[in-house]
Amino acid sequence: MRRRNVLPGLPLSLGVTLFYVGLIVVLPLAALVIKAASLGPADYWQIVSSSRAVASYRVTVLSALGATIFNLFFGLALAWVITRYRFPGRRIVDAVVDLPFALPTAVAGIALTALFANNGWFGSVLEGFGIKVAYTPLGIMIAMCFTSLPFIVRTVQPVLEDLDPALEEAAQSLGGSDWAIFRRVILPLLAPALLAGVSLSFARCLGEFGAIIFIAGNQPMSTEITALLIFIRLEEYDYQAAAAIASVLLLAAFFMLAVTNWLQARALRYTVKG
Amino acid sequence: MKIRLENVVKTFQTFRAVKDVSLDIESGELVALLGPSGSGKTTILRMVAGLEYSDGGHIYFGDQDATDIPVRDRGVGFVFQHYALFPHMTVADNIAFGMKVSKVKRDRAAIDSRVTDLLRLVRLEGLGDRFPAQISGGQRQRVALARALAVDPKVLLLDEPFGALDANVRRDLRRWLREIHSELGITTLFVTHDQEEALDLADRVVILKDGQIVQQGTPEEVCRDPQSAFVMKFLGDANVIAAEVRDGRAYAGEISVHAVGVADGRAELYTRPADLNWSTAGPGIAATIARVLDRPDGRRVLATTGSGEPLEFDVEPERVVKAGEQGFVTLRRAKVFAGG
Amino acid sequence: MSVFSAHRKPPRVGDNPVFRRGLIGIVLVLVAFVIVAPLVIIGVEAFSKGWAVYRDTITHPDTQHAIMLTVLAALIAVPVNTAFGIAAAWAITKFDFWGRRFLLVVIEIPFSVSPIVAGVAYLFVYGLQGLFGPLLEAYDIKILFAVPGIIIASMFVTAPFVARELIPLMQAQGRDLEEAATSLGASGFRTFFAVTLPNVKWALLYGVILCNARVMGEFGAVSVVSGNIRGQTNTLPLHIELLYHDYQAAGAFASASILALIAVFTIIAKVALERQGAGRVRKQANTAEKAS
Repeated sequence: MRRRNVLPGLPLSLGVTLFYVGLIVVLPLAALVIKAASLGPADYWQIVSSSRAVASYRVTVLSALGATIFNLFFGLALAWVITRYRFPGRRIVDAVVDLPFALPTAVAGIALTALFANNGWFGSVLEGFGIKVAYTPLGIMIAMCFTSLPFIVRTVQPVLEDLDPALEEAAQSLGGSDWAIFRRVILPLLAPALLAGVSLSFARCLGEFGAIIFIAGNQPMSTEITALLIFIRLEEYDYQAAAAIASVLLLAAFFMLAVTNWLQARALRYTVKG
Repeated sequence: MKIRLENVVKTFQTFRAVKDVSLDIESGELVALLGPSGSGKTTILRMVAGLEYSDGGHIYFGDQDATDIPVRDRGVGFVFQHYALFPHMTVADNIAFGMKVSKVKRDRAAIDSRVTDLLRLVRLEGLGDRFPAQISGGQRQRVALARALAVDPKVLLLDEPFGALDANVRRDLRRWLREIHSELGITTLFVTHDQEEALDLADRVVILKDGQIVQQGTPEEVCRDPQSAFVMKFLGDANVIAAEVRDGRAYAGEISVHAVGVADGRAELYTRPADLNWSTAGPGIAATIARVLDRPDGRRVLATTGSGEPLEFDVEPERVVKAGEQGFVTLRRAKVFAGG
Repeated sequence: MSVFSAHRKPPRVGDNPVFRRGLIGIVLVLVAFVIVAPLVIIGVEAFSKGWAVYRDTITHPDTQHAIMLTVLAALIAVPVNTAFGIAAAWAITKFDFWGRRFLLVVIEIPFSVSPIVAGVAYLFVYGLQGLFGPLLEAYDIKILFAVPGIIIASMFVTAPFVARELIPLMQAQGRDLEEAATSLGASGFRTFFAVTLPNVKWALLYGVILCNARVMGEFGAVSVVSGNIRGQTNTLPLHIELLYHDYQAAGAFASASILALIAVFTIIAKVALERQGAGRVRKQANTAEKAS
């Protein structure tokens, strides 16, 4: 229902909003797209499909996938433990979950590198098992895990908290085992939030830079992420290549946004009255 | 399945929700737990289901002590106040849930045909593919019942089954639930705060107050012979008239009624509005009409006695009465309770 | 008689004691390894060469300058984004207009875009080869590889922070109060300060604090546009990188410890604000909106 609005301030507030969004968000992204488009299809394709670029996509996407899958399980377990159980230190764990958001990525990067370098606390232990983390794709994955962990916890947690206890009780009264109730009732109800968390987390992993460049070996073709490749092209003053590859990351981000919205709408289609 | 509660106690933090309740429910009986909010009726129902554990006492299902049996093994069908349908499952999947997760494995065809039967029983044929968000409140209520019945429960428990529905839908569903009960003969316990619902539906009504049973009996017994002022007032509109008891009679102004078994002294006289007669001549309690409320089945008169006490009574639709009129009230029947 | 103590609760899903303890144990260990250990090692490494080295790093002119620049960026970017967040929330929640949902999506874009991409994008606006590059060059205005570039890039990455805390809350609160105030003759600003702001102050502060943390810690976007000139365009995170690559690990960690401390304070403030109810409505409103 629409009614006549009596509140003042639309022109001012909307004006400020559009101006700021236009200047700060839309203009630069448009400039990037224009720059990339000015290359022409052939040149563009050559840059974005060069073997070094493709290798960077592969390591970025695969590490992001690995990190997101790990965070899916860890994040869900963390959210579950925080909301469903009472134990000493629960509030501290709940607060500490936000640390990866609050800690600057460069700080996280050097800290993780120090931990996982082969003389570090974890690195030296893992070395004994023949596992190298720092300067390998595994290091990239760990940095991604760290920076994107809160996304899944923080999207799942409120849904888990607000889950109607009667649903669980109903399922119990119908004879469902814990696992059956989790799989058939709780998990499907968490699914939209999990999806949202997963795609936020994945998008963040794709674009992460600060935390990774310290721990990754940054070797072309093996441990060079796409964001770093863009940065390197800039330092080489190859602005066109930087624009082209950056546009790929931008497209990936928009694609993720679209997929997220679509998946969420699909996952929640049962709530639509009809 | 016969259910027996023996000295059941439940405390939440410091609040004693249920105090020493003992109750027998016969196999196949339909029993209402009736009481105002906070009377412990839902807690009792949830303890019978195993959704709460009692802090003391025992609950028997037949001869088996079920006090510590978890809900999933208790074999009860529970219908939640707001139905608690699984929102992400279709109506058919909701009904099939109990059969799918059961330890007794059933093949798809058996489950499907049982779902179809249940949909027919609750008169929802053709709605199996809908999601709960897409059906009405009354339909959801029936899905919840079908889902509870699907697991062949020994006992059916309903928490305020019609609480969230419109008055018309309620009345229909009430009759229908009664029919289903006669058809299946399953021991049924339901909770309500609506006395009309309890009286319409139940074989036996258990009236609760502050975590204790104050009276139980058939609807006829509790209606005709309320044992306390609380039950009298809770079951329907009642006039309260201050009275004096002497030698087995209660006197109030110019009238007196039998009050056998009530101690001498101050007492209260309770009457239903339909049990008062109005006449322009005495004897009786002198009163002045303050307002007349017209209703489809009669006229409700609000009057004030000479001593300023309010009285309500009903007269036939044809009777001419109006505000300001003076007259006399006599009693056809009344209950007398000591105190006041 | 039951063998358990009073006030027993029937088990919920996952209340099996073995499962419960096992899961709590695994989660605690992982939290310690993945989240807490990095924080601890910053402190350990920062003081690994002793207090003197730590003090020298912190008081070194380059570090001091980096701190100043970081604070300056926050002092400008945070208030600007706060004002923007309020304006956006007011427009989006108090009015219906065409493209409202689209605007919401656009405001959140910086969350999905890599900071490196953001930095590169700014090059093509204000850089020499960018849209305004020649114009700025003609008037000798330096934005890129200078302080303004750092501030603008910080604004991009943190633009949505305040808005997305306010929008769900103001949406949930509806328009009735503001309409009542206006109908009583209050001006728009008066209505905002007297009626709207008191109801959203904790959420606003919450957004401001998160925004501030991100501005002070931003690395990727800033490193593209700053030019990394020591003592001139180095923010604290960039300074950390510089020291680190100069093989001055202790110095890098010493500088990092300042940012880590800010992160810890941010979290403490966040918890305190959440006790006041901030953050919570956003989550609820988010789920409600998605469910509708």
